[in-house]
Amino acid sequence: MRQKKRISAVDIRSFSSGANLFFNIFLAIFALSCLFPFFFIIIISLTKESDLTLFGYQFWPKNFSIASYVYLKQFGSQVVQSLFVTVFITVVGTIMNTLFSATYAYAISRKDFRYRRFFTIFALISMLFVPGMVPTYLIVTQMLNLRDNIWALILPMAFGVWNVLIMRTFYMTQVPDAIIESARIDGAGELRIFSSIVIPLSVPGIATISLFTALAYWNDWMNALLYINSDNLVPLQYLLVRIQNNMAALVKAATQGASVGAAAAQIPTEGTRMAMVVIATLPIALTYPFFQKYFVKGMTIGGVKG
Amino acid sequence: MNEATVDPHKPSEEVHIHPKARKNRNTFFGHLWDNRVFFLFVAPGSIFLILFFYIPVLANVVAFKNFTYSDGGFVQSLLNSPWSGIDNFKFFFQSSDFWIVIRNTVGYNMTMLILNFFFAIFFAIVMSQLRNRKLLKVYQTSMLFPYFLSWAILAFFIFAFLSPDKGVFNSIIKSFGGKPIDWYNDPTWWPLIIIVMGVWKGIGYNSILYFATVMGIDPSYYDAAMIDGANKWQQIRHVILPHLLPIATLMLILNIGGIFRSDFGLFYLAPKQSGSLFNVTQTFDTYIYRALAQTNDIGMATAAGLIQSVVGLLLLLIANWVARRYEPDSALF
Repeated sequence: MRQKKRISAVDIRSFSSGANLFFNIFLAIFALSCLFPFFFIIIISLTKESDLTLFGYQFWPKNFSIASYVYLKQFGSQVVQSLFVTVFITVVGTIMNTLFSATYAYAISRKDFRYRRFFTIFALISMLFVPGMVPTYLIVTQMLNLRDNIWALILPMAFGVWNVLIMRTFYMTQVPDAIIESARIDGAGELRIFSSIVIPLSVPGIATISLFTALAYWNDWMNALLYINSDNLVPLQYLLVRIQNNMAALVKAATQGASVGAAAAQIPTEGTRMAMVVIATLPIALTYPFFQKYFVKGMTIGGVKG
Repeated sequence: MNEATVDPHKPSEEVHIHPKARKNRNTFFGHLWDNRVFFLFVAPGSIFLILFFYIPVLANVVAFKNFTYSDGGFVQSLLNSPWSGIDNFKFFFQSSDFWIVIRNTVGYNMTMLILNFFFAIFFAIVMSQLRNRKLLKVYQTSMLFPYFLSWAILAFFIFAFLSPDKGVFNSIIKSFGGKPIDWYNDPTWWPLIIIVMGVWKGIGYNSILYFATVMGIDPSYYDAAMIDGANKWQQIRHVILPHLLPIATLMLILNIGGIFRSDFGLFYLAPKQSGSLFNVTQTFDTYIYRALAQTNDIGMATAAGLIQSVVGLLLLLIANWVARRYEPDSALF
């Protein structure tokens, strides 16, 4: 309230107070609809299994219990393994994609790279046409022999033309030619110019594309669906796909083949399933409010044509 | 070109030459050598594009073959597979799924394209006019949340409401004495569910670009409009909407190019892969995946994918051509 009068632009643009209240309520309801399902899943994962059986999913159950999370430890090996796979592909994939996209974009942004037009078009063509799921599948499994291999989860996303466009725009607008020119007159080689001048100037751009990429890797289940069979290579998101229709596989793994029916009856499968959803969602829920401004920046930069 | 006089690997004179002077070697290999660091920079990306774009594009030739696996890798399999002309396409056109796939993909996409377009602009304008900036940040952050989650997770969010025995919706229906709905076997509500979920997930993200554009409008336009006595609605119509037109056209072009594509997770995972819902959830992408993974009909799956890609390319080119004629600033290329 104190500062509102200072910014005249806000006042000119703003709604009248009646309309302001109405649209605030409207947006608040919509915003709540975006967050609420996640809190609901957390509540379900903390509901006592017998309550789930009797009353179904409730917004506020009578009996809370952390049994689901305790039993999650019994499936421990698979959940921990999947978490490890997810973290591994996210870290390695993000580093590769960011490095490859940033260097490619740098080369095609430099006016003294003689073949920049060729390599710009070479990359842009891939945005016009989609090679298709099946041909890609055939190349990955038959030519690169990556079936059931951790690299099948990393390589198909290890470079991004959209990231290249964001970085190219970033270099062209934020890294002045004069700086590069003066570094060269001082005798710095191209590699050195890139590593000690361009990279430090491009940190916001690099942050943007690496966040886009990390999120894509963390959320990817499609490549696992196509290429992965072994349990020890299943990322967290694909584990969720697998348990969508049955928990049997997990329960079996946890009880090591002991009478599955009996074991399944004791294990809080409903709650445990939701507990796994919570675990897969939590890292994003906790971090995205801090990095979302980079996404916004990336979107607006990427929208600029070059 | 006289390559013999220049030996790019001979470093002896290199030491004394000023870096800029090197650019003067006007031979093909001289240019290659001068650009060697740039080649190093584009190398990983180029290898990626060759392996994961150019070769797969060529591999679409499988659509014209009766493809079977044989030992010795993909090329050997391709050589051993007999040509089949356009049989794969014919088979796809004649299958009962063809019209369902086309209807669902195009129908859902058109509906969602229009709704996304409308709501993204609507939300962007509403948010730009709010008085309280702090609340605005809270709304924007909340609305982005679903965008950051995968359908593997969102499918469980949906399940919490639609589960036939435990879900919230059936609990509500039962408490009013109604007959519970077997959501995952009853296609009645799924077109609505899919459209609502698709728009809901993307709205926070889709409105960002329009919001940034509205915020970038010079305030003096509003001043001028106010002096002319424009009310809020007239301000929106005559100041904001014209400013949004170029970016809106660009987004429209991009989206029209994707009208034969579908968000695989939305159509595959959200309905929990339920077979009784295929009639309303089968799209190009789910159809291709099922042809590949379940019926193992590789030739036909490739043919369906090729149709999807070619139509997508044509639509993109047409939309871009139209845009360039009427609104050159917002054309893609």
